[in-house]
Amino acid sequence: MTGPDVVWYLCVSAFLFFTGAFGVLIRRSPLIVLLSLEIMLNGANLALIAFARYHGRGDGQIFALTVMAVAASEVVVGLGLIVAMSRRKLDLDVDKLRTLRG
Amino acid sequence: MILAADAGNIVVWIVWVVAAFTCLGSGIAVISFTNPFYSALSLIGNLASLAVLYLLLSAEFVAAAQVLVYAGAVMVMFLFVIAYLGGRADAPWAGGPSWQSVAAVCASAALLVEVIVVIGLKTGGRLSHESSVDSAFYGQPYEIGKLFLTDHLLAFEITSIVLLIAAVGGVILGHHSRETSA
Repeated sequence: MTGPDVVWYLCVSAFLFFTGAFGVLIRRSPLIVLLSLEIMLNGANLALIAFARYHGRGDGQIFALTVMAVAASEVVVGLGLIVAMSRRKLDLDVDKLRTLRG
Repeated sequence: MILAADAGNIVVWIVWVVAAFTCLGSGIAVISFTNPFYSALSLIGNLASLAVLYLLLSAEFVAAAQVLVYAGAVMVMFLFVIAYLGGRADAPWAGGPSWQSVAAVCASAALLVEVIVVIGLKTGGRLSHESSVDSAFYGQPYEIGKLFLTDHLLAFEITSIVLLIAAVGGVILGHHSRETSA
């Protein structure tokens, strides 16, 4: 075997997930929140592919490809919502969208 | 481990270290730039270095799909929308630490610690040896296509439905907003 162990990939993936979660929580622009979501999904993808390599089977890669398709769909809907928000002259700030708050 | 490595192994380690640190650094850059345009550009670097990591894990097809789908399609759409909206900057660090940002730091740090502890406890050295791949086609389009059309046919079909629904949803969202703002 050459190269780093699976554990190193898992650490990178955990740190990516942390970065994305931090971005989702701290940023107020919905665009950056979507970008941070992409980072979180990619962290999960890296863990899936690392474990697929560890087990020597392709199933984890299938899961990663499915996650990619779901991420692309999420971006389509999310960006559509952001454009709809800006066309209604709403503030692009997730803290100010509180119409649905009880 | 590094001392016992031969020359090829050292090259793999160097590529890994460069890709991993580019990945983490550009991830941090995404959430710390105030201009969304720069954030999207750093996400492209993040995705490209992740593709390198996928190649090191011998997942060639996923690496190609990553570059095509993310850097090719998703990021172009992001950049279009950011250009359309004018790339307004928001300052995440302005006004000192509010209770919200303190809570955000605590929550995400708790997530990180949790994952690291689970990795350390559950794997503790057992993951140090990769199993050899049983197929000569591992990670190549042949193997991926075979798995998609045999063992994972349901996931394949559901993915197609998800993509169709997302396309319909995108069209409906765009159409609706045009009607109401006119």
